Amino acid sequence: MTNHWNDFKNSDVILIMGSNPASNHPISFKWIQEAIDKRGAKLICVDPRFTQSAAKAHLYAPLRSGTDIAFLGGMIKYILEKNLIQHEYVVSYTNASFLVNPALKMPGENKGVFSGLTDGKYEKDTWAYQVDAEGVIKKDKTLTDPNCVFQLLKKHYSRYTPELVSRITGTPKDKLLEVYKIYGSTGKPDKAGVELYAMGWTQHTVGVQNIRTMCIIQLLLGNMGIAGGGVAAMRGESNVQGSTDHGLLFHIWPGYLGAPTASMKTLKDFNEKRTPKTKEKNSLNWWKNTPKYVASFLRSMYGTNATLEEAYQLMPKLDDGANYSWLTIFDQMYKGKFTGFFAWGMNPACSGAHSNKTRQAMTKLDWMVNVNLFDNETGSFWRGPGMDPAKVKTEVFMLPCASSIEKEGSIANSSRLMQWRYKAISPVGLSKPDGDIMSELYFKTRDLYVKQGGPGKEALTKLTWPYGKQVGHEFHYEPRKVAAEINGVFLENKRMENPTKKGEFKEFKKGDPVPTFAWLQDDGSTSSGCWVYCGSVGEKGNLAMRRGTKDTSGIGLYPEWAWCWPINRRIIYNGASVDPSGKPWDPKRAVIKWDGEKWAGDVPDGAGNPGAGRPPFIMKPDGVASLFGPGLTDGPFPEHYEPLECPVEKNLMSPQKNNPVIKRFDASGVGSDMDVYSGVASCDPRFPFIGTTYRVSEHWQTGVLTRWCPWLAEMQPGMFVEMSQELAKERGIVSGDKCVVKSARGEVEATAIVTPRFKPFNIDGNTIHEIGIPWHYGWITTADRKYNPNDKKPEVNTFGDAANILTSTIGDANTMIPESKAFMVNVVKKGGK
Amino acid sequence: MAEKIKLYDGSKCTACRGCQLACKQWNGMKAGQTLQTGTYQNPPSLQPNTYMIIHFQDYVDPKGEVKWLFRKEACMHCTDAACVTVCPSGALYYNKDFKTVGMDREKCIGCKECVAACPFEVPRYDAKTDKVYKCDMCESRISNKLDPACVKACPTGALKWGDKEDIMNAAAKRKEHLGVVASTYGDKFVGGTHFMYLLKEQPDVYDGIKKNPKVPLSVTLWKKWVKPLSLLAAGGVIGGSFLHYVLHGPKRPDPENIAQDEKKQGGA
Repeated sequence: MTNHWNDFKNSDVILIMGSNPASNHPISFKWIQEAIDKRGAKLICVDPRFTQSAAKAHLYAPLRSGTDIAFLGGMIKYILEKNLIQHEYVVSYTNASFLVNPALKMPGENKGVFSGLTDGKYEKDTWAYQVDAEGVIKKDKTLTDPNCVFQLLKKHYSRYTPELVSRITGTPKDKLLEVYKIYGSTGKPDKAGVELYAMGWTQHTVGVQNIRTMCIIQLLLGNMGIAGGGVAAMRGESNVQGSTDHGLLFHIWPGYLGAPTASMKTLKDFNEKRTPKTKEKNSLNWWKNTPKYVASFLRSMYGTNATLEEAYQLMPKLDDGANYSWLTIFDQMYKGKFTGFFAWGMNPACSGAHSNKTRQAMTKLDWMVNVNLFDNETGSFWRGPGMDPAKVKTEVFMLPCASSIEKEGSIANSSRLMQWRYKAISPVGLSKPDGDIMSELYFKTRDLYVKQGGPGKEALTKLTWPYGKQVGHEFHYEPRKVAAEINGVFLENKRMENPTKKGEFKEFKKGDPVPTFAWLQDDGSTSSGCWVYCGSVGEKGNLAMRRGTKDTSGIGLYPEWAWCWPINRRIIYNGASVDPSGKPWDPKRAVIKWDGEKWAGDVPDGAGNPGAGRPPFIMKPDGVASLFGPGLTDGPFPEHYEPLECPVEKNLMSPQKNNPVIKRFDASGVGSDMDVYSGVASCDPRFPFIGTTYRVSEHWQTGVLTRWCPWLAEMQPGMFVEMSQELAKERGIVSGDKCVVKSARGEVEATAIVTPRFKPFNIDGNTIHEIGIPWHYGWITTADRKYNPNDKKPEVNTFGDAANILTSTIGDANTMIPESKAFMVNVVKKGGK
Repeated sequence: MAEKIKLYDGSKCTACRGCQLACKQWNGMKAGQTLQTGTYQNPPSLQPNTYMIIHFQDYVDPKGEVKWLFRKEACMHCTDAACVTVCPSGALYYNKDFKTVGMDREKCIGCKECVAACPFEVPRYDAKTDKVYKCDMCESRISNKLDPACVKACPTGALKWGDKEDIMNAAAKRKEHLGVVASTYGDKFVGGTHFMYLLKEQPDVYDGIKKNPKVPLSVTLWKKWVKPLSLLAAGGVIGGSFLHYVLHGPKRPDPENIAQDEKKQGGA
C-alpha cells in the first residue's frame, strides 16, 4: 500500500472496489469505522455481489465482473467534464503536460487498440514523448496542446459515457453517477479519498490496467501521497508484501531490481540496461542508484568469495522473452519439463487456476517435496479424486514445518511494515522452522556438488551462509542474522561523506551496519540483501522489534511502532502532499511540514527544499506520476476489454473484444490439450452464467490451515454457490440444495445460497446472471474420502473441492496472474440436467 | 462496583465473527460438525457448546433496498431474570458487582427449569452432562477487570462493555445519529437487560428476535409465592423438584428434547 492501515481513518471518501475488507481484512474496518464516526466519511462499495462490506456502505453499486475499467473510465470522464481535478497537482506532479508522438492512435480511432499492434504485441514507438534537441521531454503546462497527455486522456475517455458504461457494467446509471459524484468530491485540496482493492482487481486479463485506472483517478484528484489517500493494495496473505519485497517473483531480485536476462552478458551490461536515465534537469531519478543496490545484493549472496562480476555470472538468468510465472510453470510441468518440485508453504492443487491441469501436471514429476503443516491436496494429489495411485509415478516427500508461532522472524504487511514476531511455543513433533529445513537442504546439496561436481557448481559452493550454527547433526537457523544481512553491512573499514549532508564525514568499520540505502556503494564495499530494507537493523538494534506507541504527527503515523520500508516512511510519495512552494495541500492533515530548516513529520519522500522545483515522484525517471503509462505491455491508457470468457457477443466499447496482448493457451503450440475456454468467439449456451470466486472471513487461502481448525470449519463447513433468487427460480433451486457448478474445465459440488444480494445484470438489454463461490475448500478434509490408518482426520469435516477446478489458464497481459474473477459456468441442481 | 452492560451495535458489526470464535476459545468449547445449509450462519442456533452466534439475514426493505442484517444472539442477562428466579439449586445467580447473570455449573442439577422459563430461549441443556449451558458474560474475565472475550475480539467497536449509564447514553446518542429507523432493544423489558442491542432497523424486522419478551406468569407466581415458601421449607433442590412437579409432573428423560438438541448439534 502507498499508505498504511491506520491511515484509512484520515479519509473523507473510501471506495471499496475489487475487495471485501469486512470479510477478508476485518481489522481494516476498525479504521474505516473511525473515519465514518469521526470525519463523517462516506463509504462506497462497488461489487458484483452485495457483500459484508456493502452492508456497511453508505452507497452500494453493483457491476458485472470484469468491467471495472469501463466503470472507472466513466469516472475519469465525469471528473474531467465537471472539472473536479486538483489542477496544480495535475500540472506539477503528473505527466499531464508531456507531449506525445502525434502518430499515436488510440482505441477510439483505431478499432479498439493502440497503434503499434502486430502479432499480439505492441511496438511502442508511437507511444513515446516528443523531445527537444537535448532529449528533454516537450511540455505544455497550459494542458491545451492536442498531443499533451491531458488532452489525450480527455479524448480517450470521452467515449466512456454513463449510458455506454451502464450498458457494459450493468450498473444502473443513477448509481454510477452517484458514485462518481461522491468520489469526485475528493479533488479539493482539503479532501482525501482512498481506494481499497485486492484480488477482485488483480485476477483479470486486465488486472494491472484496473489498478492503473484508479491511479489515474487518484492523480487527477490529488489523492496520492496525502494522508487518507492512496491506492491500497489489500494483501491476500499476511506476508505477501514481504515475499515480493524479497524477490519471490521470477522477474525481480530483492528490492524490485529487475532480474537479468541471458543476453545481459556482463554486470556492466546489466547495469546499463536496468538503470533508468533521464534528461529532466530537476528530476532526482532515484533508480539511477541501481548499480549500488545490485552490487550490494551480489555481495550479500557471495560475500567476498567472488568478485562482483563473478557473482553476477553465478546468478541465474532468465531466457530473453521467457515467462516463468505460475501458469507457465504448471503448463511446463504438465508437458513433462520438470523432474522435481518443491511445494513450500503452498497448495497449488487448490490455489492455482485450472486445478485439474495442475493436479495432472504433478503426475508427470519424478518427485515432489511438500513442506507444510498438514498433508494437503498437493502432497496427496496422487490419491485425490479421479486419480489411480497405481498409475502415478511421482514420489512425494512430506516435510512438516513449524507454524508462524513456533519460530521467530519478521513479516511485512500491506503497510510495508516489518514487524518482528517471537516464538511462542516449540515446534510440534518432528516439524522444523523453514530456515532449518532450507539450511539442511543447502548444506547437503552443496556437499554433493563439492563431491560430485556439476554445472554451475560455484553458484552453490561460493554462497555465504552465515545464518546460524551447527548443533550436532542439525543446523540452527537464526532469523536475526538474516535480518542483519538484509539490512547490510560494510565489508571494509571506510571513511565516507554523508550523502545527505555535504562536508560531514563518518568512519565505518568492517562489519558495521549500513545506516540507510543512501550509503550503499557500487564498488563492492557494502553488502545488503534487500536495499529497501536498509536501515531496519542498525546501531539501535532490530527496529522491527520496536513497539513504541508515541505519535506526534496527529495523523496516526506511529513512527516508533516496528519499522516500515523505505527508511521508516509511513506514507510514500508524501512529497506530493505539499504544493510546489512546500505548503501542505491540507494543513489539517499534513504528512510533512517545512520547519524553516528541514522537513518535519513523516520521513519526506522526494521533497526537495520548498520551491526547489524537484518533482516528487522520484522513483519515476522523469520525476512525475504517470497518467500516461507507456511502460505497460497493453496500452498507455487503460481500455475496457471483456474477460476472455464472458457473457456478451461483442465488446460494446470497440471491435476489439479481449485484451489484444494476452497469451492464449489454447493457441496451437502454446498450452495443452487441457487448456479449453468457453464463450470466447461467441456465447456458449453450455456455460451461460458468469462465475467468480472470493473468500470468507473464516478461512485462509486454500484452507490448508483453517480447514483443520475445528472452530473455523464449524462456522464455514463447506463449498457454497451464491446465486440470485431469479436464477434459482429459473433452475428450480432453493437454498440448501446441493448443486453442481460446471465450466469447460471441470465441475464442483456446492450448496446453494439463494439470495437477493446477487441480482441479475441488465447488460445492453439482456439479463445476465452471475454466481459466486469461495475458493477455500479441498477434498482432503472431507468425510467421504478414504482415510488410511495414519491419516490425520479432521475434527470437523468440510465439504467440497477447489473452486479453481473451474478457472482457466489465462493470465493478465503484464503479470500473468490468472483471470479467476470472471469466467463462464453453468449451475444445476445435483441430479438435475 | 457499578452495574455494567454490554452493547451490540449492529450498525458497526461486519459479521466477521471474531466474537463467536473468541467465545469458543475462552470458554474452551468444542466445535461440532455442521453443514452448509444455505446460509453463512453456523452453528444454526445456540447450543450447549455455542453460547453466542451471529445471525445473518437477507432483508429487502419497503423501498426495495437490499440489506444484509447481522445480529448477535446470546444470553441477555436480564435484570429480572426468569432463569435465576426458577433455578432451584442456586446455579444461576446475579453477579453481585455487575448484575449480570452468572452460572455455577457445579450446582446445576439439569432440571431445565431455566430452559422453559427464559423468555429469549437462551439456555441449552446437554443430555450428556445433564447440565445447562449459557453465556455468563465471561465472569472469569470481567471479575478480573477484563472485557468479555467477544468484546475483546471485536475489531470495529460494535461490541462494548462498560458502566450501564455510559453505555445507555452512548446507545441513545448513536440511535439518534442513525435516524428514525434505528432502535434499541433490551432496555424496555425484563427490568432492562445487561446485553442490549442497537439496531439499524426496528426490532420486528429481525428474524428470531423476541418481539415482546415476558417472564412467564408461572415464574412470576413462583417468585412471589412458591420459592420463598419452599426455601423456607427445605432448600432449593427440593423446591425445584416441587415446582417441576407442580408445573410439569415428575422429571423424566425427555427423548424429544434430547433428539432435538442432537439435531441442532448436527446443524440440520
